[in-house]
Amino acid sequence: MQKKRAYSFPDEVLEHVFSFIQSGKDRNAVSMVCKSWYEIERWCRRKVFIGNCYAVSPKMVIKRFPEVRSIELKGKPHFADFNLVPDGWGGYVLPWIVEMAGAYPWLEEIRLKRMVVTDESLELIAKSFKNFKVLVLFSCEGFSTDGLAAIAAGCKNLRELDLRESEVDDLSGHWLTHFPETCTSLVSLNISCLGSDEVSFSALERLVGRCPNLRSLRLNRAVSLDKIANILCLAPQLVDFGTGNYTTELQPDVLSNLTAAFSSCKELKSLSGFWDVVPAYLPALYPVCSRLTSLNLSYATIHSPEIIKLVSHCPSLQRLLVLDYIEDSGLEALASSCKDLQELRVFPSDPFGVEPNVSLTEKGLVSVSLGCPKLQSVLYFCRQMTNAALVTIAQNCPNFTRFRLCIIEPKTADYLTREPLDVGFGAIVEHCKDLRRLSLSGLLTDRVFEYIGTYAKKLEMLSVAFAGDSDLGLHHVLSGCESLRKLEIRDCPFGDKAILANAAKLETMRSLWMSSCTVSFGACKLLGQKMHRLNVEVIDETEPPCSRPESCPVDKLYVYRSISGPRSDMPPFVWTMDEEGTILH
Amino acid sequence: MEGSVAYDNDLNLKATELRLGLPGTHDERQQQQQKPVSNVRNNKRPNGESEAQNETAPPPKAQIVGWPPVRSYRKNNSQPKKTESEGGAIYIKVSMDGAPYLRKIDLKVYSGYPELLQAIENMFKFNIGEYSEREGYKGSDYAPTYEDKDGDWMLVGDVPWEMFITSCKRLRIMKGSEARGLGCDI
Repeated sequence: MQKKRAYSFPDEVLEHVFSFIQSGKDRNAVSMVCKSWYEIERWCRRKVFIGNCYAVSPKMVIKRFPEVRSIELKGKPHFADFNLVPDGWGGYVLPWIVEMAGAYPWLEEIRLKRMVVTDESLELIAKSFKNFKVLVLFSCEGFSTDGLAAIAAGCKNLRELDLRESEVDDLSGHWLTHFPETCTSLVSLNISCLGSDEVSFSALERLVGRCPNLRSLRLNRAVSLDKIANILCLAPQLVDFGTGNYTTELQPDVLSNLTAAFSSCKELKSLSGFWDVVPAYLPALYPVCSRLTSLNLSYATIHSPEIIKLVSHCPSLQRLLVLDYIEDSGLEALASSCKDLQELRVFPSDPFGVEPNVSLTEKGLVSVSLGCPKLQSVLYFCRQMTNAALVTIAQNCPNFTRFRLCIIEPKTADYLTREPLDVGFGAIVEHCKDLRRLSLSGLLTDRVFEYIGTYAKKLEMLSVAFAGDSDLGLHHVLSGCESLRKLEIRDCPFGDKAILANAAKLETMRSLWMSSCTVSFGACKLLGQKMHRLNVEVIDETEPPCSRPESCPVDKLYVYRSISGPRSDMPPFVWTMDEEGTILH
Repeated sequence: MEGSVAYDNDLNLKATELRLGLPGTHDERQQQQQKPVSNVRNNKRPNGESEAQNETAPPPKAQIVGWPPVRSYRKNNSQPKKTESEGGAIYIKVSMDGAPYLRKIDLKVYSGYPELLQAIENMFKFNIGEYSEREGYKGSDYAPTYEDKDGDWMLVGDVPWEMFITSCKRLRIMKGSEARGLGCDI
């Protein structure tokens, strides 16, 4: 007798159900239920996120997901942000564009982070995708304004062009004129990273004027304050605005015009930019301050009294980025004015100075932790810390999801007790049960890693520098942190034992970076031999690792899981260990 | 007594970067292995000892690559923009009687006397008192003074702000009877 299938829906119904599932994680789970669900799901997947562009090949992605409309790719490891990854390491997007140009003619969105994007890639995008809408290049490099001109000219329905924090070869401001007069579709334009001293301002004005749906506009430093009023009057519907430089010669009407222009922006919730601020013009912002949820003053060289004045007008603030000029006194004022604060980032104004140039200590962070119950995400640069302060902060803010503390001088102890900061960070991981991201600093022994391994069960990303005593530290993390995806370590005495003992763990993670540690070349070869689904890459700019004894530590190690095997675009200073024990180059 | 301190060239990558550091400071780098694993600085030497060994220009602080973890994008964008004439910052030294070390501030970031004085109060943790043209700073043991282009010591606040920032060479917070002497009509 044939088994009656009790649960068979027509494919169309399942597809319709799946269309409500947007998150990649959920989609991945759905695809694992059974073969037919896998098939149905892969045909209707529209959005793909690839956290490491070398984990899989373009052909493999296209084969599994033939109808993708939106793709997000990440390239270089995070420590590339701090010049630890040599130029030419990799992360090229061109091979992806080439494959997708043929396979996805209806591709609409490309989002890239830390990738090398050439003008050729941009021109290919402009030519190949007729309905292209969104291009986000986050911390990318390798292209010039010529490539941007191609995008402007070629993408008739462009909605988003976001170049946040990318390095662009600025050949001319005239690329803006390549947007045709018929282009009215822009919703978001972020050119804040451009340096060009002559941004074609008239072209910009005309563009802004004819795009009624423009919600987000971030200008570059070249645009001066007196021009901003015009732009704002053309786009009073803006929700997010980035000023250029906030300075101009003292003229009578500038302040009143600017204030009037800001007053007309009833939807404005987010502000950024503020290079070269002249404090006298800050009051122009007051009309919008009460609605502001996000404020980025991290390029503004204004001092504590001015910051306090501004911030105390912003009771709805949820996100603040600021320089350490805010000082402890400013953070205290922030804690009493901004009860909805969720994210705080305090950057160092003088990162290489020997002595502190501002009065910003652990006390500022403690005040904010006390006064802002919704605080979830912190990035804090300072020069001193105590275990007591960290324990207090942890107790005040059990809801932290991201906690990144950078005590500027490596191996700085608790300045009151002279002890390591193990207990302080231990309190953070113990109390903050939802912690997903953690960056450590200060004097730390293996003990802190024991705490992390014991408590940080939801931790996905850990950054470690100048910490620990032995392999035991690394072993605690690799064996204890169940949710760990990304681990980046520099200048720690971690070597072979922990890595080899936890080799299998590495396949459950996206990547492991270790530089200036004590992992030997022999261990790297062994790891590459044993773990076929890991790419084990050794980076050494001075000499080939095989020219030294196997027991010698490698300079930099990058291990990541991959189903497409060793990559073929490695530069001369990167060696990969493969299955046969040979070193590919 | 220190032995000679060797600096690897490849750690001086950042030596030409703009930064504010006290002159005469330098590092002691302990080379324990072939490759430096850490860069340990010792701040505890008294100044006299180090000056004796630094008769020529002080060696630049050997900076660690990629530390502190500030993105180069952010570093590049924070540099003051070069403008033609009046753009640049005006850095002056600020000293306070009794304080162990001086500070430096950029007069251009303040819009007037109130902001400047508040910043100085915060920096040195004291109260400045009420200014009046007749009697100087009342209600405090301190008086803010400045050395002007002619080398004279003047009371802060007497001249218009724009004139002050162009003529001020350095600031000194005077304390005690010296301070009370200023501002009185004699």
